[in-house]
Amino acid sequence: MTCLLSTQDVSVRYGSLAALAGVDLCIHDGQRHALIGPNGAGKTTLLNVIGGSTRPQRGTVRFDGRDVSRLGPAARARRGINRIHQRPAVFPTLTATENVVVAALPRVIPRRRWWPGGRRRTAQHRAGPLLDQMGLADVAAVPAGHLAHGQRRQLEIAMALAGRPRLLLLDEPAAGLSATEVGRLAELLRALPRAVAVLLVEHRLDLVYALSDTVTVLRDGQTLAAGTPDEIRTSPLVRQAYADGVA
Amino acid sequence: MRDEVIRRGRGAVGALVLAGLVVAPWVVDDYTAAILARTLALALVGVSVALLTGVAGMPTLGQTAPYAAGAYACAVLGSQISDVGVVQLAVAAVAGAVLAALTVPLVVPARGVIVLMITLAIGELVVTVLGRWRSVTGGTDGLAGIAPVRPFWGLPVLATDQARYLYTLIVVATLVGAVLLLLRTRAGLLLRAGRDDETRLRASGHRVPLQLSGAHVAAGAIAGAAGSLLVVAQQYISPADFGFDTSALLLLGVVIGGTASVGGALVGAALVIAVRDWLFGVLPGHAPLVLGALFVATVYLLPTGVNRARGRLRPPSAPASQPDPPPARDHATVPELRA
Repeated sequence: MTCLLSTQDVSVRYGSLAALAGVDLCIHDGQRHALIGPNGAGKTTLLNVIGGSTRPQRGTVRFDGRDVSRLGPAARARRGINRIHQRPAVFPTLTATENVVVAALPRVIPRRRWWPGGRRRTAQHRAGPLLDQMGLADVAAVPAGHLAHGQRRQLEIAMALAGRPRLLLLDEPAAGLSATEVGRLAELLRALPRAVAVLLVEHRLDLVYALSDTVTVLRDGQTLAAGTPDEIRTSPLVRQAYADGVA
Repeated sequence: MRDEVIRRGRGAVGALVLAGLVVAPWVVDDYTAAILARTLALALVGVSVALLTGVAGMPTLGQTAPYAAGAYACAVLGSQISDVGVVQLAVAAVAGAVLAALTVPLVVPARGVIVLMITLAIGELVVTVLGRWRSVTGGTDGLAGIAPVRPFWGLPVLATDQARYLYTLIVVATLVGAVLLLLRTRAGLLLRAGRDDETRLRASGHRVPLQLSGAHVAAGAIAGAAGSLLVVAQQYISPADFGFDTSALLLLGVVIGGTASVGGALVGAALVIAVRDWLFGVLPGHAPLVLGALFVATVYLLPTGVNRARGRLRPPSAPASQPDPPPARDHATVPELRA
């Protein structure tokens, strides 16, 4: 089975610090893949490399059979790699609906291509059901800057889905959420369409094990272990890595 | 409910102002009508400044450059092609847009204060060229005796100040209406989104530099069209009409009116120009000092402009925004793995 996304020998250095040192990763269509590891392991850097905001000094990133290493974040988003940021990134002066419309526009194909406003109308039609699905229908007309943190997180997920992603990069989506909000988030992530592959970086390991099919553990910029959640949960190597990371 | 009242009140004030502007030529003398026409032209440049500064998030001190390009193109080229106002308007708008397009590689990649510096330099460069290219522009003496225009084919020439004022008013109202419509389209939505968070917009897959380039060229076209109106209103132009003080006053007017509001920018720029002209007679030589003090007071007291000041009095229609909590740290969740 070919990889939807693959990284080969990806390396990133910041001065003398090797943030990533030859990381290989393969994510298949529809797979739920998690990246874990102690602070400074290189998880967010790898997400940045895949999303296009950091260019690796060595190695390649291939998506859907094409080398996308030289493409920026916008071009990768148009190809179907969308990202949910550690801090919800929304447009604060735009309403929730407008936020979703903006996110949907690059991948919208209007029914009547040359009809004025056709793209926006199509995006608008897509926004309503997504806001419903995320439980944001009541605040659809409220500027995103007025929403609570948890609502902004839900809005960002709606925005990511509006872009019709094939791969969703989730960078600590549970950060700052209450227990109830985390439960709601888990439900939303579990309900994501199976056609969308997910790469999840998360510190809450209960969430990681509940949502992912495969887990890769990074330490000091290198792959320490990879396997199913059960294999990772019981791996003494991984336990040791976390113990060292905390110490 | 309160929003609806405010919206209606705003509409009523707008309608009153427009009605006042329409009847003005029958109420004021020739001189005042000429001053009003010139003020409207400058207010239109203010709209182009607001489009860049408030909507696209590119603060500018250089909109006098396409304004000058439009005015000189209209005076030098337009009058040779045709005496029809709309033709000259089109020539001026194209000239402004072309100049703006030429400066896109300098302006669009820059951000914040750097944009201010670059646009200021472009504006000063254009004024210098106008002052030195005597064979075409008349140098610092400028171009005088520019023939009056007829608004449209078959219509009479605009021979009086009142007629020229009405022509200016109609063109400004039409172009401001077009800008307001443009802001309601996809392009306007994306410009506002980019002003909020450019990185996020890029991450959604949008071509942000292309959008900013489009806004820069459109603002250039508007300023160029305003240049044509200046020629119609004054029938005389010189580099002094496009100097740094004009740029600074326009930015001041737009800040006072509220940078994100086209209507506010129009009124703010018009007020500042009117105050300058009024102070010129009342406090000769001290107008810049008073306007400077006004600017400082505005920035401190109404940082979002007069147009948005009432927003602070309006109760939020949703829960107040909450700051994002700090990101989670590893050690907070590690015990789960240890368990």
